[in-house]
Amino acid sequence: MDWLFLDAAFTGGSRDECSAKAGGACWAVIGERLNLFTYGFYPVAERWRVNLSLVLLIFTLFPILFEKAPYRKYALHIAVAFPFVTAWLLVGGLGLTPVETDQFGGFMLTLVIGITGIGFSLPIGILLALGRQSKLPAIQIFSIGFIEFIRGVPLITLLFVASTMLNYFLPPGVTFDLLLRVLIMVTLFASAYMAEVIRGGLQAIPKGQFEAADSMGLHYWSAMRLIVLPQAIKISIPGIVNTFIGLYKDTTLVIIIGLLDPLGIGRASLADTRWTGLSTEVYLFVAIFFFISCFGMARYSQHLEKKLETDHKR
Amino acid sequence: MDPRASLSRLWRDEHSRSVIIQILAVVLIFGLFAYLVRNAVVNLEAIGKGFSFGYLQEPASYDINQHLIEYSSRSTHFRAMLVGILNTLLVAVSGIVLATVLGFSLGVLRLSKNLLASKLAHIYIDYVRNVPVLLHILLVYGIIVNTLPVPREAQSLGDIAFLTNRGFFLPKPIFEPLFLVILGLFAAGIVFTIWFRRYAADIQRKTGEHYPVFWISLGAVLGIPLISYFLIGGPITFEIPALTGFNFSGGMVVRPEFTALWIALSLYTAAFIAEIVRAGIISVNYGQTEASLALGINHGRTLNLVVIPQALRVIVPPLTSQYLNLAKNSSLAIAIGYMDIVATIGGITLNQTGREIECMIIVLLLYLSLSLLISFAMNIYNKRIRLVER
Repeated sequence: MDWLFLDAAFTGGSRDECSAKAGGACWAVIGERLNLFTYGFYPVAERWRVNLSLVLLIFTLFPILFEKAPYRKYALHIAVAFPFVTAWLLVGGLGLTPVETDQFGGFMLTLVIGITGIGFSLPIGILLALGRQSKLPAIQIFSIGFIEFIRGVPLITLLFVASTMLNYFLPPGVTFDLLLRVLIMVTLFASAYMAEVIRGGLQAIPKGQFEAADSMGLHYWSAMRLIVLPQAIKISIPGIVNTFIGLYKDTTLVIIIGLLDPLGIGRASLADTRWTGLSTEVYLFVAIFFFISCFGMARYSQHLEKKLETDHKR
Repeated sequence: MDPRASLSRLWRDEHSRSVIIQILAVVLIFGLFAYLVRNAVVNLEAIGKGFSFGYLQEPASYDINQHLIEYSSRSTHFRAMLVGILNTLLVAVSGIVLATVLGFSLGVLRLSKNLLASKLAHIYIDYVRNVPVLLHILLVYGIIVNTLPVPREAQSLGDIAFLTNRGFFLPKPIFEPLFLVILGLFAAGIVFTIWFRRYAADIQRKTGEHYPVFWISLGAVLGIPLISYFLIGGPITFEIPALTGFNFSGGMVVRPEFTALWIALSLYTAAFIAEIVRAGIISVNYGQTEASLALGINHGRTLNLVVIPQALRVIVPPLTSQYLNLAKNSSLAIAIGYMDIVATIGGITLNQTGREIECMIIVLLLYLSLSLLISFAMNIYNKRIRLVER
């Protein structure tokens, strides 16, 4: 505690200035680099676009997360439009100055990867889970193969695949942006785990529900959409949120292939001779950021579980 | 009948429709594969690279600071790969052991009636679970490197072991040939114990007679080898590390990279294991404990014979996936420069030889086999503890 606050120095131009003032932690490094930690190397003049995206994100999430939002009717439309609008805002083009994706960084990069992964891994995961439970052997084998392969290897090796050898498999002359390749890999990785979580939910649905849907004359997709999936997803909410949290935490791995998320910015700051040796301060700061977002997600899922509890209490 | 109607009938019939969908899926996926492979072939030809694993026989010409088997920069890439595999296995196995011990203790603490202990465990678990593992690794590594002294001012533990930021220097045991006798006795003790346990259980089932199994096993496994160790006259000598110049030489060194990775992975996984253990113990109905106590079985035996066997059934399947996660997370070694399989074959060898596809195939296959191995072992264990239904 003393080290954290009482003996800590909050201002100063270097580590030596800090230790001259106080014997505890040196938080000045965070203050000086706060912009870097937030935006990465996004051009200063264009940062309003990042801020606007964040506002849009909150505007989009609000009706999804809270029932009482006034414009909840349009939540789905907004959610579908959101990725396109934000992608345009962040990357540019069509009237906005283009920004290279290697200038993305900091918390903003974490949010970009995390939210893309979360948004796309759920639908893909549902499809994979249905594929694995499918009665069609070919579909089932492909789903199982895909899921088990992805679950058997670490994410970092997949990111290496994305950064080193994926370009060999594309037609000559076509190159993918590194961030895009990372986004695809992170999404695929998370959807394999998501598929297993949802499969657990699907297996918990009594067979009678499927039979009832069949006898109502519903065809496969309607039966799944109207009867089976709502129940299965409700059961698997804790697992789904755990997968989201895992994915969100795994976004830090991108520093190993050279993208600069907060952890990468932190490591780069430590390489600066003025701040060398302050690893504890820098890493604790990043840890707090992750703790707040992950803990928030966990708490929201507990709230959701309670809200969706439709069983009679014993 | 016109062809359009028959086509639509084909689509309406469930059997033929499923055949059509599957054929489409197979064609689509194999088509995609063929397309990707063709692209790779064309691309590799364009830059004049073939596809071969011949480079594994060439000298690696880089150093690996921690090697469990003989290795020098003149060794081949294949040798470097073996060193990497062993380093991965070392950190995975030691991590699994430490994480299990810590996780079970934390899980029990979390259920403790002592409010302070259970709250502290709760806070710790919440913090660790909500922060990325890579961050833990870097943090622990940073603490080790920045707070431990340089070798010249090493923290000495009784002048035989030294803590420094270049690693922990420990005395290195040198085994004399007679030590094999003790190893043999130790192995014989284990075999004897396994047999004796079965025998004692058999006797107990038939006659109700109790043997002091624990003490006899302890004597067989540890007692006899220890006594003979001193009788022979201690066939182990220690090489004590000594400060020469800027660093220690001699003795055994545990690198800070290994320590950081090992501790961080264990602490991280332990938090998840603790929650699993807690859920497992809660899942055993308290009536079971009460019934056992009512039968006059004491608390220790109640825990061992009634609660834990039932809790294990709930604990083991998710525990398996935590072990798998730990093994896979060990690949983050590369962030702090621990030379595991990703850092050797997927890192330096890949950059030196430019054989991206071959190197990544090796790494992916190794992790797949490691995962399969762990699941296989845990599945066998799971079968043994499963509820026997009659």
